Amino acid sequence: MSATTYGWLVLAFPLAGSMITAFGWRALPGRSTGWIATGAIGLAFCASIGALVDLLDHPVEERQLTSSLYDYASASGLDIDLGILVDPLAVLMCLIVSGVSALIHLYSVAYMTSDQGFARFFSYLNFFVFSMLLLVLAGNYVLLIVGWAFVGFASYALISFWYRRTTATQAGMKAFVINVIGDIGLVLAAFLLFRELGTFDYLEVFDGASAAFSPDEGVVVAICLLLCLGAFAKSAQLPLHTWLPDAMEGPTPVSALIHAATMVTAGVYLIARSHPLFELAPTAADIAAFVGLATLLFAATVALAVVDLKRIIAYSTMSQIGYMIVGVSIGAYSAGLFHLMTHAFFKALLFMAAGSVIAAMANVQDTNRISGFRRAMPFTSALLIVGALALAAFPGTSGFFSKDEIIAYAVERGGIHIVLAVGMYVGAVLTAIYAFRIGFRVVAGPPCEEARELEWGRLPHAEPVNPATGESEDADVGFPGSEHHIAEREPVMRVPMALLGFGALFGGLIQIPGVTHVLDSFLEGSFEDSALYGIHPSTGDAWLGLAFGGLISIVGIAIAYYVWVARRGVGPRLAERFRHLHDFLFNKWYFDELFDALFYRPLIATGRFANSVVERVVVDGLVETAVGVVRGFGSIVRGAQTGFVRAYALLLVTGFAALGLYFLVVST
Amino acid sequence: MDVTWYLVLSALLFAIGAGGVLIRRSPLVILLCLELMLNAGNLALIAFARAHGNEEGQVFALVVMVVAACEVVVGLGLIVAMFRRRLPLNVDDMRELRG
Repeated sequence: MSATTYGWLVLAFPLAGSMITAFGWRALPGRSTGWIATGAIGLAFCASIGALVDLLDHPVEERQLTSSLYDYASASGLDIDLGILVDPLAVLMCLIVSGVSALIHLYSVAYMTSDQGFARFFSYLNFFVFSMLLLVLAGNYVLLIVGWAFVGFASYALISFWYRRTTATQAGMKAFVINVIGDIGLVLAAFLLFRELGTFDYLEVFDGASAAFSPDEGVVVAICLLLCLGAFAKSAQLPLHTWLPDAMEGPTPVSALIHAATMVTAGVYLIARSHPLFELAPTAADIAAFVGLATLLFAATVALAVVDLKRIIAYSTMSQIGYMIVGVSIGAYSAGLFHLMTHAFFKALLFMAAGSVIAAMANVQDTNRISGFRRAMPFTSALLIVGALALAAFPGTSGFFSKDEIIAYAVERGGIHIVLAVGMYVGAVLTAIYAFRIGFRVVAGPPCEEARELEWGRLPHAEPVNPATGESEDADVGFPGSEHHIAEREPVMRVPMALLGFGALFGGLIQIPGVTHVLDSFLEGSFEDSALYGIHPSTGDAWLGLAFGGLISIVGIAIAYYVWVARRGVGPRLAERFRHLHDFLFNKWYFDELFDALFYRPLIATGRFANSVVERVVVDGLVETAVGVVRGFGSIVRGAQTGFVRAYALLLVTGFAALGLYFLVVST
Repeated sequence: MDVTWYLVLSALLFAIGAGGVLIRRSPLVILLCLELMLNAGNLALIAFARAHGNEEGQVFALVVMVVAACEVVVGLGLIVAMFRRRLPLNVDDMRELRG
């Protein structure tokens, strides 16, 4: 089979899985829907490997294969195929998306067992993966937008999965609305591209772009900025990031799926995919890079202050996506995508470990309550620490190689990019601190009540409450069940965590400077036309950067150890001392309040004004005046209608008499 | 032939009928007065037909008689219905169409 056939199969399996679980759930007992869904994604992963193997048979310059199922629209000058583009970038994304998603599906089979919406969950989950695969395999901007919008819908469905929970449905709406803002940018960018180049097809656009646009021409900068708007909304970059922390309202595997492999990486993919345009618009690329830098610093500071376990990891995702955006914007495509891959491993792992801890805490997510699980949950604790090490870029782990490759590239570009490199090093310190804020809080310290119970073999099964508001919930309708499942007792949860832990530890070995360059040489097929792809920091510089990065990581972990293990009172004392700073960070830099004041309140005030002035005074006034005029005239005329038959007769007689007299007078 | 006296009689009858319609309250009398007015009109028609030697006026008078007969049927039917419902036989009390 050719690579494109495998590409179609990659799309077919998750769609089929979604349909089977959606329509056949009545006939599928117990966990079988979960196994079917997991199998579908597993088959998609196998098909991705097939595409990879086939692609490697082609020479490097012939690794961009297209295939079209049918012409979706064909008119004068307009030609849209339902077509896919299978190239190294798409195949790499397929492998990451389907591989990590398959593990998350497997984990969910156990984690979601006692949930009432088990089959519904897996149907949504499969549809989400299908949408994401459609997004990365699309061969033109129209199909990309289709996949993009599907992902937006699927995220809405999954974030609001516990539909009776008000906070969850609101979070889903928030994610959907902000994603639609990004969709508008993407659609406008596609329109502009069509106006300038007359085609939506990737390869034709990229071939024609260098001839049609001069570097930094206004229109190409506009196109790139509009593409960025779409990318920022999906990837939760400033200022369109507020949906991501709220998306934690979904079940924990959904958080892992959205944050690790799918959805948030779509923006990174879009910029990497559209790299010929961004290289023609260095201004837009620099703006994107600095937005990425601002986001990574912002999110890292917030992650130091928030207390919700899942929200800390959510802010960490924003921060790491910021690194990727910086990477692909400055031209470090393979480094950015390398970080995307390693991040998928350790972030999925962190969420799975967090899910296990939250289950052991009976849905409590407050890190001030969680402590000392090292003896109660040795497996989860070990893998949580592995994930935190990779996130903190501890020397030798996967995050160590990928993050520092981006920074080394930024240093090599020089000029303004040095600022980016310095900012990313600052972010790296903060990353190490908050990564081990999670790690030490959960693992170290005196065991909390739940941890002690678990050491005695008793898993708390509390009545379900909303962790955000503390309201109690009815587990029979769209809420999580009262049963919880932890990795220590579920082999089905341990397998994906162990595999991801392996990836998080050793995934970096495919790209060691001067030793291996698997991704670099594989992705060359997609980026051979790029002028920036050939820039590589020298091996010595790269190792210098790695040494510095490793040092920074260890310093950060040491600070975290000092604050949260060695001197356990330091944290609250610092928060007390710098109360205003702490409040500022704890309230996420007041972004929600800012948007509230900038958009929500003015809109509501406009609505009130329209209701109280325009509607009540102007519109009602006009209507009532018209009614008054008619009524007044009527009351005058009404006087003639006495109801006396004889009066009518008199009127008739006098009228005719008058008429007769008139004619008499006129005729003589 | 001189039609003057015929017309005077016709006008007199019409005036009596109209006066009756205007001043009487009993629907039955009003109906009678209406007949009187119609027949005053008939008298004028026939007188003119005779004077001009043209029989079309007489035909027209016959048509008026048919109409008058129909009108009496409807009018009497209404009065009988009022009587059956024990409504007062007084047109001044029937004021439901007052504006």
